[in-house]
Amino acid sequence: MICDFRPIQNSAFKIQNLFFEKAELQFSNILNQKKNFKFKNMVPSKVNYHRPSNIGEALELMSKFGDECKILAGGHSLIPVMKLRLADPENLIDIAGIADMKKISDNEKSITIGACATHADIARNEAIQKHAPMVAKAAGMIGDVQVRNFGTIGGSIAHADPAADWPAVLLAADANITIKNAGGSRTVDIDQFFKGLFMTAVEEGEILASISIPKTEFNANSTYVKMPQPASRFALVGCAVAVGGGMARVAFNGVCSTPFRDTNVEKAVVGGSSAADAATSVADGMDVMSDHFASAKYRKSMAAVYAKRALGEVM
Amino acid sequence: MTFIGKSIKRVEDKRFITGQGKYTDDIVLPQMTYARFVRSPHAHAEIRSVDISNAEKMPGVVKIFTGADVAEINGVPCGWQVDFINGETMKEPKHPLLVKDKAMHAGDAVAMVIAETYGQAKDAAEMIIVDYNPLPAVTDAKAAMEEGAPQVHPDVPGNLAFDWELGNAKDEVDAAIENAHHVTTLEFINNRVVPNAIEPRSAIGHFDTSNDKYTLYTSTQNPHLVRLLLCAFVLGIPEHKVRVVGPDVGGGFGSKIFHYTEEAMVIWGSNQIKRPIKWTAERSESFLTDAHGRDHRTKAQMAFDKDGKVLALKAHTYANMGAYLSTFAPAVPTYLHGTLLQGLYTTPLIHVHVNAVFTNTNAVDAYRGAGRPEATYLLERLMDTAALEMNMDPAELRFKNFIPKFNGVEEPGYQTQVALQYDSGDYHPVLKRALEMVGYENFRAEQKAALDSGKLLGIGFSTYIEACGIAPSAVVGALGARAGLFESAQVRVQPTGKVSVYSGSHSHGQGHETTFAQIVADRFGIPLEDVDIVHGDSDAVAFGMGTYGSRSLAVGGSAIVKSIDKVIEKGTKIAAHLLEASEEDLEFAEGKWTVKGTDKSVSFGDVSLTSYVPHNYPEGLEPGLDFSSFYDPANFTYPFGAHVAIVEVEKETGKTTLKRFIAVDDVGNVINPMIVDGQIHGGLAQGIGQALCEGTIYDDSGQLVNGSYMDYVMPRADDLPQFEIDRTVTPCPHNPLGVKGAGEAGCIGSTPAVVNAVMDALSPYGIYDVQMPITSEKIWNILNDDSGETEE
Amino acid sequence: MKVKISLSVNGKSYERMVEPRTLLVHFLREELAMTGTHVGCDTSSCGACTVLLDDKALKSCTMLACQAEGHQVTTIEGMANGDNLHPLQQAFHEEHGLQCGFCTPGMIMNAADLLSNNANPTEHEIREALEGNFCRCTGYHNIIKSIQNAAAKMSAATV
Ligand SMILES: Cc1cc2nc3c(=O)[nH]c(=O)nc-3n(C[C@H](O)[C@H](O)[C@H](O)COP(=O)(O)OP(=O)(O)OC[C@H]3O[C@@H](n4cnc5c(N)ncnc54)[C@H](O)[C@@H]3O)c2cc1C
Ligand code: FES
Ligand code: FES
Repeated sequence: MICDFRPIQNSAFKIQNLFFEKAELQFSNILNQKKNFKFKNMVPSKVNYHRPSNIGEALELMSKFGDECKILAGGHSLIPVMKLRLADPENLIDIAGIADMKKISDNEKSITIGACATHADIARNEAIQKHAPMVAKAAGMIGDVQVRNFGTIGGSIAHADPAADWPAVLLAADANITIKNAGGSRTVDIDQFFKGLFMTAVEEGEILASISIPKTEFNANSTYVKMPQPASRFALVGCAVAVGGGMARVAFNGVCSTPFRDTNVEKAVVGGSSAADAATSVADGMDVMSDHFASAKYRKSMAAVYAKRALGEVM
Repeated sequence: MTFIGKSIKRVEDKRFITGQGKYTDDIVLPQMTYARFVRSPHAHAEIRSVDISNAEKMPGVVKIFTGADVAEINGVPCGWQVDFINGETMKEPKHPLLVKDKAMHAGDAVAMVIAETYGQAKDAAEMIIVDYNPLPAVTDAKAAMEEGAPQVHPDVPGNLAFDWELGNAKDEVDAAIENAHHVTTLEFINNRVVPNAIEPRSAIGHFDTSNDKYTLYTSTQNPHLVRLLLCAFVLGIPEHKVRVVGPDVGGGFGSKIFHYTEEAMVIWGSNQIKRPIKWTAERSESFLTDAHGRDHRTKAQMAFDKDGKVLALKAHTYANMGAYLSTFAPAVPTYLHGTLLQGLYTTPLIHVHVNAVFTNTNAVDAYRGAGRPEATYLLERLMDTAALEMNMDPAELRFKNFIPKFNGVEEPGYQTQVALQYDSGDYHPVLKRALEMVGYENFRAEQKAALDSGKLLGIGFSTYIEACGIAPSAVVGALGARAGLFESAQVRVQPTGKVSVYSGSHSHGQGHETTFAQIVADRFGIPLEDVDIVHGDSDAVAFGMGTYGSRSLAVGGSAIVKSIDKVIEKGTKIAAHLLEASEEDLEFAEGKWTVKGTDKSVSFGDVSLTSYVPHNYPEGLEPGLDFSSFYDPANFTYPFGAHVAIVEVEKETGKTTLKRFIAVDDVGNVINPMIVDGQIHGGLAQGIGQALCEGTIYDDSGQLVNGSYMDYVMPRADDLPQFEIDRTVTPCPHNPLGVKGAGEAGCIGSTPAVVNAVMDALSPYGIYDVQMPITSEKIWNILNDDSGETEE
Repeated sequence: MKVKISLSVNGKSYERMVEPRTLLVHFLREELAMTGTHVGCDTSSCGACTVLLDDKALKSCTMLACQAEGHQVTTIEGMANGDNLHPLQQAFHEEHGLQCGFCTPGMIMNAADLLSNNANPTEHEIREALEGNFCRCTGYHNIIKSIQNAAAKMSAATV
């Protein structure tokens, strides 16, 4: 037993929007990674707090502490989990104050969003509203005002919660992720970024630095819709669609244990199907999640309904 | 009247809007320690051993108690006794302060860790090793009564706490149902809900070694009752050595009426360690241990003649008590539920039968409305369903069956088939007014037009009656209450004419500091600022039965009026002396005594001063102007009303949107309309929540699956519309204020109105019944039931 | 190991040693004895703990005190200007926007954020903005009216 009651664990897992069996699996992975984990106290009993002033310093600290540290950005995923004693990092490296990492820059061919830009910053950004409306729209639908004020896009995708809103949007947007490490930096295509539940291409010792959204016809004609889980308001079903220039990108979160692009639907759209027709095949053959808020059958059907609505907005 | 009937802004607001409210968790005492309870993660488990050796060595630990340490102490008692139909006493297994051998529900406390800081207590709690042997658990009341079901308490065979019946002879009722033109039958679950006051429960126990006195600060609706139960039943400590303070309390809704084990533990523990102990629940603990509400599994039948007149009603309910009998739990499915099944209708034959059952779940007790929402749900679901089945207008069906108007003065009260006598009632106008507000005449056409364009609109009705301020004590005593249900009030006029009122009612949002002051200021003819209402402290207030069951104004307010009358009576003697007139020649109005027909007068302030400086004073009269009263009402009061909901159901997703909610309530006379409206609003939101989104989910092993705000759905601002409310006024004939009670009405009437509205919306599909909470998926499943299978 | 933090709360600077695990809400309540900011849940859901950090609404249970280093925190205690209530406080009083008062500080702080971004919100916008704040007493009805009332007061004051 990790916590006193299963409901506490449950709620923690729900924060991460996992389901219990899977969560336990996943969770024990997390636990195993912690060398000195004891079944005890997990409110960060002896956490140390560091605040580097630039990304270089942050990377230095990370190589110093190895797996005994965690990045703290907005804290709106990490702190809830720490409060419930489901994570006990020994060192926190707070990057929220690094000015460079908060910038949103409007470049010729893309918009680059610093990992520490908050959901609220993104929702308000005019360039994003214009060139990738679904990105702004999704940002405005995350959590509540308070969460949007401090939660960051980088933190969200590094966390890789399957019910979070960003993954579908970034998949649909064909985003590129820039990751920095002691050796320099590399860029990962979003299609290669999500590796599984809570698993991403960001390796130990690395920092997710920025996300770049290409200025494309499909991004200019895009939208995001969401059926919220009624208690937590994470996505029970989230669907991002971007259609234009002979391309269609349709992605979902909340539906399966990892966010995914539905290429069947995309093909149907490009092939000229109506929104309604294209949406009928959503998540066919996939392992759709089931919980007390939505059975697999209902979730799959809602994914189709929301896909139809989203496509209807842009087609 | 200057204040009564006016929406005077609340005097208590200032401290809350400036962040200066004082809730229990805000209180810090010198030397204070912090407690954390270790709770059973299993719903049902034998406890083989509890090893605290590692935990004791943790930093900051002051003391750890386990079940063995408190085994000799009594458990927390139940305050209401209901006997079996055969006369046997109800089963009342001990509810120990900490369990020793067996955990009966997930969250049952096994150990208490006390440390210098809360963090340390939490750290140490996680080092306690409890060896559990998990046992099969049962969470459903009906299932718990079946052969072979897990036994919650070894000495309660079949898990039956008691059974109970009320009403006309069962065979008569059966015969009427047998021979009726139409019978509507419903089986439903009145879903278990979690009260969720936003302030988590909290308690501080302080034993003062200088005078051997205990002080308990606790988030309670009911400080004196907690003191009585704590002293006389649990710890056996002398009552005059215990002070219980219920400071500002952040909502209760029933869940803070009861005496909880944690209160006894911090008090007992504070004497053991000779330091104060604070415990504040985390929300997850609240979900597991604050007494839940409802949880009835009911089958009900209503018989009609061909004109729609109700001929008979029969109901059987399995009421889930949880693992222990909480303070008022036995009264809820019986005297607060069965006795309300007359509703507003002239039903001549009624029979109700209840099985109260133990399960491996947290205790269930009074939650806003307590029994009356369950009764109303039963009746009002039957009414709308019958209307659909018989193809009659649901409003018409109700008008046809309403009890005719009676004011309880010239016309006698209405004697029901289920023991109660209603005080006064006039039921047609509330429904008429509600229909006007809805625009019922046009609604059906709108609904049809909507349907033609593919939209499902529905309207649902609920006309309810409820019973507040349950009393008199002798009657409730005969019904099993182990306490009186009177109220006390002391009115102390200070020498300068300022007034302090000590009330046994407790305000935790109801605005007593304003409403009570309005009454006092009006009666004395003094400014509102000259009145101060003191409540919630057993050392200040003589006695009190607390606030619940919408009783504060009807009972507590009446007690104040009694004391006011005594003050005025004595004041008249003093005034007569000062004015050298006879008492009969004086009249008291607008803050002064005047010799009738003259301009000779003496003010309230002068009389007050004279009473404390009795130089020129009536012979033989005691000085001072300070009176206490106990008011024991003659009867319950019976507010009633009509609620109407309009919903839209989205076919594609099954999502229900509440478009409008109309409530017309009659709560008797109204002292402060603004506050009454606020009470109605809050009740509506809770009742609507139960219908559409709230409800516990237990899994097979007895775990509360949705025990957090990430999982338990509660209405938020964007789930609700602005409410449309109005009222009629039918004064209560038997209390001096003519008031009835408004705290629960909203919660009682609203739930069935919403469910009925959804059913009305779905009626084109021939669907008359869906269980609460009506989630999108449930509706979607029904609308899309092509295969007949539903997946979980 | 405790660390030193300095921050401004309601316009006053404070320097304190805290355990890094201390949440901002506990720092305010326990270290500074400002108990107007409440704790109503353990999942960052209820909003009772809402304060402003650099004028933006924040659930102070979801930030470490350390993270607030160098920032300006405003709590309910800092809303009134001496005896002059903030228009939101005044409006909650006038419209009976509170009953038990437990959610009220969080509601007012969240509403302050809303009105600073949207001086004249619609009912719908207000309801959406309150998504992260539970009230169990009022059914939200009078909270909505309070915020509308405050918006009117505040825009009248700025004209
Ligand atoms: C009440 C509530 C409701 C919410 N509702 C939603 C919702 O509806 N939809 C939704 O999508 N999300 C929701 N969230 C989550 C929210 O969006 C979080 O802000 C976000 O998921 C995490 O961002 P953060 O900046 O707060 O990250 P943190 O909590 O600081 O970090 C999260 C994880 O990512 C790591 N990390 C952070 N930044 C980086 C980086 N730059 N490089 C590498 N690793 C990094 C951290 O080490 C940590 O493991 C909700 C949160 C709360 C508290
Ligand atoms: S305490 Fe509930 S959100 Fe912060
Ligand atoms: S006023 Fe009590 S929770 Fe809002």
